[in-house]
Amino acid sequence: MTNNISTAEVFNIQNADELTWNVMPLMHEVKHALTNLISNNETAIIDLRSIPLAPGEEDKLLDILGIGEVQARLNSLGPSDIIETKYSGVWLITHYNDENNIISRFIEITTMPEILFSQKDDMHEACENLTEALEDNQQAHGASAEKTE
Amino acid sequence: MTDFSNGKDKSLAEVLRSQGISRRSFLKFCAATASMMAMSPAMIPKIAQALESARRPSVIWLSFQECTGCTESLTRAHTATIESLIFDSISLDYHHTLQAASGEAAEEAREEAMNENWGKYLLVVDGSIPTKDMGYSTIAGMSNLDMFLQTAAGAAAIISVGTCAAFGGIPHAHPNPTGAYSVYDIIKMYGNTDVDGVSSASIDNNSGGSVKDKPIITVPGCPPIPVVITGVLTHYLTFGTIPELDHLGRPKAFYGQSIHDRCYRRPFYDKGLFAETFDDEGAKKGWCLYKLGCKGPTTYNACATTKWNNGTSFPIESGHPCLGCSEPHFWDGGGFYKALSIPTIDIPTTAVYAAAGAAAAGVALGAMNKSKKSNAAKEHTKTTIDDLEKE
Repeated sequence: MTNNISTAEVFNIQNADELTWNVMPLMHEVKHALTNLISNNETAIIDLRSIPLAPGEEDKLLDILGIGEVQARLNSLGPSDIIETKYSGVWLITHYNDENNIISRFIEITTMPEILFSQKDDMHEACENLTEALEDNQQAHGASAEKTE
Repeated sequence: MTDFSNGKDKSLAEVLRSQGISRRSFLKFCAATASMMAMSPAMIPKIAQALESARRPSVIWLSFQECTGCTESLTRAHTATIESLIFDSISLDYHHTLQAASGEAAEEAREEAMNENWGKYLLVVDGSIPTKDMGYSTIAGMSNLDMFLQTAAGAAAIISVGTCAAFGGIPHAHPNPTGAYSVYDIIKMYGNTDVDGVSSASIDNNSGGSVKDKPIITVPGCPPIPVVITGVLTHYLTFGTIPELDHLGRPKAFYGQSIHDRCYRRPFYDKGLFAETFDDEGAKKGWCLYKLGCKGPTTYNACATTKWNNGTSFPIESGHPCLGCSEPHFWDGGGFYKALSIPTIDIPTTAVYAAAGAAAAGVALGAMNKSKKSNAAKEHTKTTIDDLEKE
């Protein structure tokens, strides 16, 4: 992801100018959490659905946070966008349902959101599937070698 | 609803896994669930841990004197993917509107679910229960009261969904022709009554608690917010316990703060900026709707943060005062467009003191509002056209 893609394009921002009172205190909270991550290695998550925001305020917040170097898309139970904002260590995670409605949105202050890591259970299953695929492949090769002989 | 007839003993994590849902998706599910249950994101790992071993509870849903608005609300919950997973993870064994079975087969499904899960199933009720004449509302020839008491006897907990079940709602409003009462009142009045020859004493032996002692969770609202209904069900599914409740039995996670305290227009109230009519400059600028009858200060609900219609907005955001639909007796609480009380004190000054830690004035104002509401309820002020056309 490069910096030349604007937040407005990604989030379809229509009315980012309607700044009222809630955005700046929230930005200060993010700043404090980032300081805490640097000094104490403590992560933080802010659930944007639990904060009363006026129309346009969430858009303004997204506009201020901007888009950083990383943008990932998770495709399961509907898409999820995991974006590092232009402030390193500050991530914006948006979960959608199958109909592309936002079901939850978090600001995570962390070096890497947990959801991006490969998960142990999935890796175990992947290992079994890979073994199975290799065995199938080996059998198929064996069968074709016998045919040739 | 997905058939899990072979997976009744599976944990939720196993059910999801068998559907090909990855661990990463499970984490997404847990994050959305925490948000839905209005829990701190710090709880996500604990939710994941609890859901790993959560078992599918049986749910029996009874609809009495109601308009089906609560079910309409529930089925339009906007986190469709997550909700469908939750509903795949409970065993909804009886629901008039949603079940395919009808007549005797439907009633048999209820009895079977009760017998199989006696003492363990969740009973969800929407609608109030008539007591004046049992013929006012019957199902399969059984009065609402009998069906409720019979089903409540074996329930682990009762969830009263909607203002009718929670506080009586419209049927209970003056003059209450059917003698309608809320679930809580019915339990209080009839908790020791024999039902179909089953006395509360024998119920005690079977379920480990009398009907009178059943935990009741009230989820009021006309209708309640969809994700609040599913949030409460999910809390039970996740932790197997009932959430922390307020003095009216409402989950504090959703009803812990007033609409007023969480309203994005609150700063206008603190600055003393009010809309005086629906089309004045104040209304256009989005100022506080207190003087237009907003019941936000005395109403406890999650509308201001959870919002409605796929999280689009809530009534105040659309320029209309809160009606206070999640509070007891809101239909008899005076005109919807009558201000709770017109502040006679200087609001900006009050706000300064409150900010400095002296919130006494705010508390006094709240008490004044509550007293006005209770007086209005006593006098039962009817809403007229004059109320709607505020001078």
